[in-house]
Parts: sequence; structure tokens; C-alpha cells
Amino acid sequence: MLLVAEEVSKAYGNYTALNKMSIQVPKQSIFGILGPNGAGKTTFIRIINQITLPDSGKIWLDGEPLQPKHVQYIGYLPEERGLYKSMTVGAQALYLAQLKGLSKKEAKRRLEYWFERLEIMGWWNKKIQELSKGMAQKIQFIVTVLHQPKLLIFDEPFSGFDPVNANLIKDEILKLKEDGATILFSTHRMESVEEMCDYMALINKSNKLIDGKVTDLKQEYKTNTYQVEIVTQQQAELTEVLTTHFNLLPNKFSSIHQGEKFTIRLKTGQTVNQLLQVLIKYGEVHHFVEQIPSVNDIFIQTVTANA
Amino acid sequence: MRSLKLIIHREFLAKVKNRTFIIMTFVSPLIMVGMFFLVAYLANLNNSETRNLAILDESNLMIHDFVSSEKTKYHDFSTYSLTQALDSVKAKAYYGLLYIPKEDNIKALASKIELFANKTPNGAFVANIEQQISHKLTNKLLTQQGVNLSKIDEAQTQVSLKIENFSGEETSKMSMIIKMIFGGVAGYLLMMFIIIYGNMVMRSVIEEKTNRIIEIIISSVKPRTLMLGKVLGTSLAGISQFLIWVIIGSVLLGVVSTFLGGQLSSEVATANIPNALDQASMLKAQLVLQEILALPLGQLIVCFLIYFIGGYFLYSAIYAAIGAAVDNETDTQQFMFPVIMPLMLAVYVGFFSVIDNPHGIVAIVFSHIPLTSPIVMLMRIPYGVAWWEILISIAILIGSIFFFVWIAAKIYRVGILMYGKKPSYKELIKWLKY
Repeated sequence: MLLVAEEVSKAYGNYTALNKMSIQVPKQSIFGILGPNGAGKTTFIRIINQITLPDSGKIWLDGEPLQPKHVQYIGYLPEERGLYKSMTVGAQALYLAQLKGLSKKEAKRRLEYWFERLEIMGWWNKKIQELSKGMAQKIQFIVTVLHQPKLLIFDEPFSGFDPVNANLIKDEILKLKEDGATILFSTHRMESVEEMCDYMALINKSNKLIDGKVTDLKQEYKTNTYQVEIVTQQQAELTEVLTTHFNLLPNKFSSIHQGEKFTIRLKTGQTVNQLLQVLIKYGEVHHFVEQIPSVNDIFIQTVTANA
Repeated sequence: MRSLKLIIHREFLAKVKNRTFIIMTFVSPLIMVGMFFLVAYLANLNNSETRNLAILDESNLMIHDFVSSEKTKYHDFSTYSLTQALDSVKAKAYYGLLYIPKEDNIKALASKIELFANKTPNGAFVANIEQQISHKLTNKLLTQQGVNLSKIDEAQTQVSLKIENFSGEETSKMSMIIKMIFGGVAGYLLMMFIIIYGNMVMRSVIEEKTNRIIEIIISSVKPRTLMLGKVLGTSLAGISQFLIWVIIGSVLLGVVSTFLGGQLSSEVATANIPNALDQASMLKAQLVLQEILALPLGQLIVCFLIYFIGGYFLYSAIYAAIGAAVDNETDTQQFMFPVIMPLMLAVYVGFFSVIDNPHGIVAIVFSHIPLTSPIVMLMRIPYGVAWWEILISIAILIGSIFFFVWIAAKIYRVGILMYGKKPSYKELIKWLKY
């Protein structure tokens, strides 16, 4: 485990921002902290960054209790991010890298590598106010990863990026993971990161609802629901059979074929093959997909279950 | 420590490279000198005008006693009647008409003399005329009583008290003035510095908030380190600016004084006046110099540095906290008043209480309250303050610096991450507990 949080709580006056939050982030994984605005994500992330002190609870980084020297092992891209307007790109990238503990020479060498890699060498002497928002975010990304931190924390990483840049950054993040970094995402736009995350924790109103491996959670929350498209001559009969033996749900998916579409949920004890056997009797199956719950679905389910 | 150095370095460069700062540094001394010359020139222009005053003296008592000078020309209108004289004065656009009616009783005459003028006349001019008339009438009365005027002149005695304190140090009126000037200038300078550089600290805190870079930085360094770095970096920039001003100022002063001095000596040479006057002024200059040297100059300079640094730290911590609490400069207004007020109070106490009674209870109390002590104590020092009193005041100041920096750092830590709404004082107090 690279990062372990144990019952971390934080209150501002009478308002509890975070209530006994515990997570375990394995090494070289991508961990998503998901939840709506105001759930406590940023508070938690600020505690890990030692910007805010928790009222209670413990945090370990790579086996050691979290302490000030750890800032150099963490790269943090906050949600509220900006740069000095009147400083040149190169000067402030150097400054920020040195604050993270790199020597000036080393910082310069690595910056040159990154600037060439992202093909932005021409920006070195420009001031931030001359750059677009997307350009500035590239610089912020570089500054975040430059000191090769063990733990990278991105708060709402893709807000403000256009799709092309967002993809570029996604690729870079995956590459950083391959190179050994551990990544912590925090976002309220759950669909934006779910395909990247290995683990996730859902939080709502200062409390953690569930956490675990994304595949396990999806397994746990799957409802044995299948989307089916079939070309058949006996439409009425098929519908009747399906309604009597299975649960027929409102049809919500779209497809490019012209056949009949059904969303079918199995009853307890039924298997997929039983459904398929029924379907094959009535026509040609063009589309058969298990409906995997999205993080959004899981979130809504757990929130309604806990309410 | 390393990050503190980096922050100080950046803050210093950011300030020094700023265009406004450069312009301020190099242009403001020129503007100051320019203003000085402009004021001097305008004052001169105003005074160089010659005033024509017509005099209608029906009593025929003193018409011959008014002697025209370069600035005031007297014209004898005694042959006219009052209406004729008034018309004529108006036609000639004279400054005014002095009317002395016929009256044998001198006491009665004194209340009957009139000055006619188109505009309200200059107060100093009126006072001058009044003084001349009063002098003449008094003398006339005295001679009427059979008093020999020359005896009175002989009997006139000038008194200048020699003031000495119990330990035998001599002081004089001159030295009182010099002490006042030194103390006043030191105190006033301190106030200006605190306001100017305190504001710089505040603005750079707000800048980091509005640029949204603050969270990136405090994920690398402690907020307290950042705040300290800002205060120190800005003060270094301030000190550099001050040094440049001192250098430019002394160069300009040198140029001006050699220029003026040269002009003066050439005039003296052509006029070939006996140097009695010159010698007197030389003597006076020497006296001033002596008085200045008699001041506790070393103590003053050391204390100026200590109180400057102490006062600046105290106030810039407050300024930094204010900057952190708000989102933009317009929101700072409501918090500025409590900062400016003690500074103003200190200067007023300095200029009224200290100069009136440097060791009075008001002066002593205010030179120990940390928010006012830097200014008030600096104003008191030229009058001689016991070293233990200064030590107590400095100790209180240093203690308060730690206290205020601690409070400010707490507000700063919370405030820099708060966006959107302007906090109230109540909320600021709540932040202290977070």
C-alpha cells in the first residue's frame, strides 16, 4: 500500500467536512475518489497534501506516518490552479520545481525534456498571460509531475481541458502509472475517469459509502441485466414469453440495427444460457450485452440504499 | 530554509522587476525635487509682486515715516480729499489706501485709521502696517509725555534663556526645534514605509489568490514559510528602494547646493558686501551642526532600524492576513481602517503630546503600546529616553510580533484557500480555531 488513511476526520466549526474516512491505495494503481460537489473530496486531498490538518485519524505514505518531508514525494494538481501571470513560463516552472526540492540544474534538465516532449519549447520565455488556458494547464501538469513523485494527486483533472488535450494528459497519466507512480483522482464527473481507475471510493456528505476494486464493485452491483436485439417474425409471442419468464425493463439503449430491442433482467437462479436458449428459438440475435453498472449507477444505488 | 530563500528571492525579483516599482524608484525623487522647486518658485512669484499703497494723512503725523521698499511703495495722497483719493487709487489699480483722519487725540486716532482695499488684503501685510502705525503712535505719545526715545532704545534688552537639564546638558530653543524635526521625520518616514510596503505584501498575497497559484505553492511549502518569505522579500525590495532614494537624493542635493552656492558666492563677490551677515549665518549653521551632533545620533539610527524592522514586521503580518482574507483589493477597505488608525494615532500623539511633553504620561504609554511604539518612541528618542525604557518597549514589540505573526499566520492559512465571500470579523475569529 502506498497510501493508507485511517478514520480521518475534519470539522470546520459545527460543519463536518469529512467523517472517519479510510482508504487504502495500492502501489502503482489509479484510485478514484468520486462524489458530488461538497462531499469532502477536496478536504481529504488537502489533508493528504498537508495543507489542512485533520482533527483525528492517521495517514501513512509508503509505510511512514505522513510528515512534512513527504511533500517532495507528492505531486498535486489542485482544482483551483493557476500560475503567476507576470512571470515567464520557464522561470516559474523552475521556481515551482525547486520548491519541490529539485536542484536548479536538475529542474532545468527535466523541464527541457518535458517541454520538448510536449512540443512547447517555444513557450519558455513567454508570460502566462500570453498563453491560453489549455496551454497553461499543460505547464501545470508538467510542474506537477516534474519531480517524479511516488504519489500523484489530481483534483478534477480534466475540467477545462479540451478533448484533445484531455486525451493527451490521460495518456501521460497512464504512462506515469506504468513507470511506477500511484495516482489519486478526485472528481465529481464520475464518467470522466471510471475507465482509468483500478480502485475507487465513493463519498457523499462527508462519509465514505463504498470502496474497493472497480471490477469487484461492478460485479457486486451488477443486476444481471442484458440488452438484446433480435430479428424475429414472432414479436408478440416473444414479448409474452419474456414477460412471463424474465423481468422486462423499459428499453433504454439504441442500436444501428433494425431488430426488436429488449432490456431483460434475470430472475434469481436463472442463468444467461436459459435466456439465450429462449431467444434463439424466436430468431437471429444481433446484439447481446450484459449491462455493466456505471459508477454513476452504483453511486445512485448506494445513496438511495443509505438514505 | 531552502524554500524560504527561494520565496524571498522570487518575491524580491517580482517586486523589483515590476515596472511601477522601477518608475517609482527613479522618478519619485525627481518629482519630489521638482515639486520643491515649483513650490519655491510659486511662493517667490507670489511675493515678488510690488504693492502700491496710497496714504492720505490728514493728521500729517506720520506720512514721512513710511519708507518705500522694494515690495511696498507708499504714495503720498495727502493733498486729495478722501473721495478723490479713492477714485484715483481705483483708477491706478493700487493695492489700497490708508486713511489717517485729522484727530489731535492720539488715543482716539488709533481707532479711526482705515485701510481701503479692493480685495481682502494679505494678513501679513496688514499686520505689518498695523505694527508700523502702532510703533509710531506709541513713540509720539511717549515724546508727548516728555520721554527721551533714545533712552528707551538703550534700555531695550534681548533675552534668550539658556536651558539646562539637571545633569548639566545644555539645550536651547534651536536644539528643541532640531529634536522635533529629527523625531518627526523619523516617525513620519516609518509610518510611510509601513503603509507602502505593507500594502505591497498585501497585494502580492491577493495576487496569489486571484491567480489561483496559492494551492500549488502551499502543497510544497508551509503557509507560514510563504508568508514569511513574502514579508522578507518585500522588505528587501523596500530597503533597496530606500537606499536608491538616499543615493539619488544626496546626489541631487549635492548638485543643487553647489549650483545655488556658486550663484550665491558670485553675487556676494560682485556686490562686495562686508561679510558680517555671512559670518552670522555661518555661526548659526555651525550651531545647528553642533546641536545635531549633540543628539543621540547613534542611538537614533540603531533604534530607527530596530523599530523600523519591528514595526514593519508587525504591520505586514496584519497586511498579509488581510490579503489572505479577501479576494480582491476593493474588499480590503473594511479591514484597512483598524490598521491605519493606530498609525495615524501614533503620528498625532507624536506631533502633539511628545513635542509638548516628551516624558509625559501620554507619550510614555504610547511609546510602549506595540502598534504605536515604533513611531512614538522614535519621536521621543531625540529628547533623551532612558535605555531601560527603550529596552522594555522593544521587548514588548518583539513579543507582540510573535503574537501577531502567529495570529496572522492562522488567518492566512485558512484565508488563502477561501474564495467567493468576504469574511466578517466574526468569521476571522472563527478561523483562528480551525
